[in-house]
Amino acid sequence: MNYRIVHTTHYRYESPVTLSHNEARILPRNTARQRCDRAELQVVPEPQDRAEHEDYFGNRVAYFAIETPHDALEVTAVSEVHVAPLGLELAFGSDLSWEEARAQLRHGLAAPGLDARQYAVASPMVRPDASLLAYAAESFTPGRPIVDAVQALNRRIYTEFEYQPGFSTVATPLGTILKHRAGVCQDFAHLAIACLRAHGLAARYVSGYIETMPPKGQEKLTGADASHAWFSVYVPGLDWLDFDPTNDQWAADQHITVAVGRDYADIAPITGVVNGVGVHSLEVSVDVTRLEAGV
Amino acid sequence: MSQTRAQDLAAAYALAPGAWDEMRNASGEIRPAWARFGRVLERYDETALEAVQRKTERLLRESGVTYNVYSDPRGEHRLWALDPIPLILNEDEWAGIEAGLVQRAELLDRILTDLYGRQRVFKDGLLPPEVVYAHGGFLRACVKAPFPGSHRLMFYAADLARGPDGRMWVLGDRSQAPSGVGYALENRTTLTRVLPGVFRDCRVKRLSAFFRHLRQSLADLSPSSVREPLIVVLTPGPRNETYFEHSYLSTYLGLVLAQGDDLTVRGGRVWLKTLEGLQPVDVILRRVDDHYCDPLALRPDSRLGVPGLVEAARRGRIAVVNPLGSSVLENPALLPFLPRLCKVLLAQEPALPSVATWWCGQKSERGYVLANLERLVVKPIHRGSGTGSVFGADLSKAELESWRERIRARPDLYVGQEAVSFSTTPALVQGRLEPRHAILRSFVVGGDSGYQAMPGGLTRVSTGPGDFLVSNQVGSISKDTWVVGENADQHSSLWLDAATSQGLPGADAPLPSRAADSMFWVGRYGERLENFARLLRVILARLSEFDEFGDAVYRRALGQLLPALTLASGTGPGFVGKGHASRIANPYPTLLELALASDQPGSIATTLNAMVQSAYAVRELWSADTWRQIEQVGDNWRHDGVNPTLDRESLRRRLDALLSGLAGFSGLTLESMSRTPAWVFLDMGRRIERGQFLCTVGGACLVWPQERTVDSLVMESLLSVSESLIDYRRRYRARMRGPEVLEQLLFEAQSPRSLLYQLAQLERHAESLPRRSPGRGLSEPGALLLDASTGLRLARNAIVAEAGRSTAKRDTLNEVLERTGELLRRTSDALSRAFFDHLQTSASLSPSPGAVR
Repeated sequence: MNYRIVHTTHYRYESPVTLSHNEARILPRNTARQRCDRAELQVVPEPQDRAEHEDYFGNRVAYFAIETPHDALEVTAVSEVHVAPLGLELAFGSDLSWEEARAQLRHGLAAPGLDARQYAVASPMVRPDASLLAYAAESFTPGRPIVDAVQALNRRIYTEFEYQPGFSTVATPLGTILKHRAGVCQDFAHLAIACLRAHGLAARYVSGYIETMPPKGQEKLTGADASHAWFSVYVPGLDWLDFDPTNDQWAADQHITVAVGRDYADIAPITGVVNGVGVHSLEVSVDVTRLEAGV
Repeated sequence: MSQTRAQDLAAAYALAPGAWDEMRNASGEIRPAWARFGRVLERYDETALEAVQRKTERLLRESGVTYNVYSDPRGEHRLWALDPIPLILNEDEWAGIEAGLVQRAELLDRILTDLYGRQRVFKDGLLPPEVVYAHGGFLRACVKAPFPGSHRLMFYAADLARGPDGRMWVLGDRSQAPSGVGYALENRTTLTRVLPGVFRDCRVKRLSAFFRHLRQSLADLSPSSVREPLIVVLTPGPRNETYFEHSYLSTYLGLVLAQGDDLTVRGGRVWLKTLEGLQPVDVILRRVDDHYCDPLALRPDSRLGVPGLVEAARRGRIAVVNPLGSSVLENPALLPFLPRLCKVLLAQEPALPSVATWWCGQKSERGYVLANLERLVVKPIHRGSGTGSVFGADLSKAELESWRERIRARPDLYVGQEAVSFSTTPALVQGRLEPRHAILRSFVVGGDSGYQAMPGGLTRVSTGPGDFLVSNQVGSISKDTWVVGENADQHSSLWLDAATSQGLPGADAPLPSRAADSMFWVGRYGERLENFARLLRVILARLSEFDEFGDAVYRRALGQLLPALTLASGTGPGFVGKGHASRIANPYPTLLELALASDQPGSIATTLNAMVQSAYAVRELWSADTWRQIEQVGDNWRHDGVNPTLDRESLRRRLDALLSGLAGFSGLTLESMSRTPAWVFLDMGRRIERGQFLCTVGGACLVWPQERTVDSLVMESLLSVSESLIDYRRRYRARMRGPEVLEQLLFEAQSPRSLLYQLAQLERHAESLPRRSPGRGLSEPGALLLDASTGLRLARNAIVAEAGRSTAKRDTLNEVLERTGELLRRTSDALSRAFFDHLQTSASLSPSPGAVR
C-alpha cells in the first residue's frame, strides 16, 4: 500500500523567542516491510541551522535551530511511504514458547537479537513491576507459544481497557492506567511493553500513523487523522512483530511506522528548548492519504 | 598536661588489630617510606602539633576552602577539613600503582570508545549488554559522536584502598567529571606553608607536572590552531558541593569558569557570552553530570546545561572532557568483567585488582549474592538511582529478605560486593596520632603523550575509629598524599606552559556576562550595606543624644531620618507604613531587626549574605587578600548572630566593625584590581547604588523644610552619612545651611560622594564598555546618564535658591531627585539588557502529545 502523509505541528509562543533548538522525529524510517520513498521537512521560519542524523534506534532525527526572533513555529513533514502486507510468517506463526524466546534472547550475540536485548530492560517510562507482572501472567501460561501469548495480551488490553481521550497525559504513570483501566494508544502500548518486559521479553514502542476510513457515506475530513502508537515484540527467528492493542489488530499495511524506541520518551515527535517563557498553544494535524498503486 | 615528645607520640600510636597500617608494620617498626617524616615529627611535641593543626585550619578558612553540604544545617559552606599528617607512599611502590592506574585508564578508555562506537564487546560476548543497557549512564544520543583526542577517557580517577594483605585494591572508578584534583592541590599548598622545609627534607614528588600535563592536554584538543584556544570549566554554579574546586582550578589553570547559560549553541558550535559578544569555545572541562548537560538531547528539565551541546559534539565542533556519556563506566557491574576485557583488549593481566563483585544479572552470581547477602555489600549499579550501598551485616532478617525481593525483581540493577576492610593510617586527633581507615583517590590524565598520574592524590580518612564509611557528604577528613623518593624533584611551574602554547600574547581572558553581572551586584550590595550601616549608626547616635538630653529636637530629627532608612533599604512597613507612629516612638526593636534578621529581605544580614554570595559566584576574579576580606566581613557579622538583647552601644560597635571591613574591601578593589570591565561593573554598581541612596534619602529628609534646629541636625546627619561632614566644615565652617549642604551633597565636583560625581563617573564608565550594537551615538546607558547629569546641572541654581527659603516645599529638588533616581534605575536595567545575556530564561517545549486512534 502507498500513502502520502502530511503531518503539521504549529506552535505559538507566549512571547517572542530569540533562539530555539529542536529535534523532530517525524520523517518515517524504513523497516522490513516499509520503504520511505520521499520525506521532506518544512520549517517556518527558516532555520539558520539544520542537520539530520540517524539515532541509536535507526530513526531519522532532524535537528534545526532558529536564531532570529519569532513568535510561532510551524513544522510540516510530507512523506510518501510504501508498506508491504504481512508475510506468511504470521499465518504459520511460531511454535516457540515464550520461555524459550526469553532464553534465546538473553544469550543472542548476533544481530538482530543482540540489538533486541536493550528492549527487554526497563526504560524511563516503562518500568515493569509486580502488579504488571501479575496482570500479564494470565496470558503467559507455561509453555504457551509466544505469538499466541502476545496476541492474547493484546486482546485483553483491547477489551479490558477503555479508550478514553484526555484521561492521561505524557506523564501519567502506568500504575494509574492499570488501576483505572483507561487510557489512550500511548498508554496501551506502554502497558503491553511493560507486561512483556516483566516476563523478560523484548518489546518496543512504535510511533506512526494509521489509515482511517470515514463513516459510511461521509467525506473524509482534512486533518482528521492522527499520530498513533502501538508496540512491537521480538520473536527470535521471526524478527519484530507489531501489535496494536488500541484496535485489537496486528499492525498490518494500514499502519505506517515513523520511529521505534524503548518508550515514548525516546521518540517524542518534536522536542525543543526555546529562549523565552514557553508555548502558548499547540495544534497538530495529520492527513494520511492512500495513493494509487505505482508510486 | 605533660609535654610529650613526638617520638613518644609515634610510639603511643596504637595499631588497630588485624588491619594493615601505613606507617608501622606488624612488629611496630616505622616503614621506610615514613622514616624521614618520622624524624621530622621528632621536632614537634604535642603542643607544636596542635599549633600546626590550628594554623592549617586558619589557612583553609582564610582561603575559603569549602565543600558544600546540601543538608548541612550550619549553612551551605562547610570548611574543608585537612589533617596535616600526610599519607606517605614509597616511590617504588608508587611506580607499581601508577602503572596499574594507567593500565586501568587505558582499559576503561578502550571500553568507553567501543561502547560509543562499534560495540565489539557485546558482539564478542565480553560483556553482557544488559550491564550497559540497565545503567542510566549509557547515553544513546552520544553514540558515534566523534572525539578529537587520543583518549576518550581524558580524565580518570580511581578510589584505592589497601587490603589486609598489603595490596592496593580499586574500590570504584570515577569517569565523568572526577572531583578532587583541586582539593589535592590546595592541601599541598596549605601543607607547604604549615610544614615549611619538610617537603624538601622528605623528598616529596611535586604535583605541578601533572597540572601542566592537564592544561596542555586540554589545549591540544582544540580544533583551532590559529588562535589561543578558549577552554571553559563548566560548573553547575555556587551551590554545587565542589564549587570551590571549580573556581580554584579555573584560576590555577587559567581557564574561564562558566555556567550553562553563559554558553550558547549557534550554527552547530558552542559560544561563550562575553561582554564583547559571543566568542567561540573550543574545549569544555565539565563538572556538570552527563544528563544535565543538554536539555534538548538529554534531560529536558535540566537548568544546568546548554541546549544543542550534544549536536555540537556530534559534529565534532567542541571537545567535552570527559565526553558526554562517560558515566557509563561508573558501574560496579563492570568490575567482574574487567579481568577478561583486560586480557582481550590490552593483552595484559590486570595490575590492580578490583574488589570482588558479583552482578546479579547473571544467574549463578545472583544465586551467590542471595545466599551470602548477610556478609556482602549490595550496591545499585547506577549511583543516581536513589539508594546507596547497603551492608548486609547491618540488616535484620526481615530487611535481608526484603532486599532479596528487590534483587529478584530487578536483578540487572544490583551487584553484591565483598565487604573489604582497608588499611589504617595515622591521623592527628587532638594532638595525638590515632589510626583511621583511609581511601586514596588518585587521578590520571590522558593526552597525546599518553596517560600521566598525579604523584599522590586526595586521601580521605574516616572520622571515627573502626569506621569504613568515607565520604565528603557524610563528613570525612582529607590528607595530603606524598610519594617520596631518593631524589628531589626539579621545581617546575605551570607558568612554563606559556612558552609551549601557540598563544597570542596580551589578550585578556574574556569576561562572561554572568561574571560582569555578579560584579555589578557585589558593587551594589556592598555600597548598599555601607549606606545602610552609616545611616543606622547616625540614627543610633541621635537616639543616644535624645536619651541624654531629652531634647525634642533629636526626636524630631529622628522623625525625618527613620523613614529615610526604611525607604532606602526598601524594608516596609518599618517607619513609613502601617503602624509607623508607634515604631518611631520606640524605634530600637525595629532597628535591631533591620540589622540582624537573616530572614528579612533588605536587612543588613540579608544584604551582606547576598553580597558574599555574589562575590562567591566570581570567586576566581578576586585576589587572595580581597577574598579573605569578603569572607571575614561576612563571617564576623554572621558569627555574632541574632541577639534580641544586643544593646545600642554593642550594635554601634558592630556597625563600626562592619564599616571598616567594607572599607578594607573597597580599598583592596580600588588598589589591587586592574581597570578591566570586571572592575568597571563593580564600580558602576557602587555608583548607581550611591546615587540612588542620595536621591532617596534627600527626597525623604530635605524636601520639606523643618524648624531650623531640626533641619540643621538632619543635614548634619546626612553629611555624616555621606562621609562629607569634614569636607563641609572645612569649606563652610560652622554654618549649617540648606544651600551649602545641597551644594556639598549634590553638586560638589571634587567630592567622590556627591550625586553629580556619581553621574560623571558612570558616564565615563558607560562609554568605556564594549559596544554591542552598531552606531557611533551614545549607548542606551550613556544616554540615560547624560540625561540625568544634564537635568541635575540645569536645576542647580533653582535648587540652591529654593533651599534658601525656609517654609515652602522644595519642589524642584523633589522633582529632580525623583527623576534622577528613576534614570539611575533605568540605567541599571539598560546595562542588564545590554550585557547580561545569560539572564534570558529558556523553556522546554512540552513534547507534542501522542494522540488518537
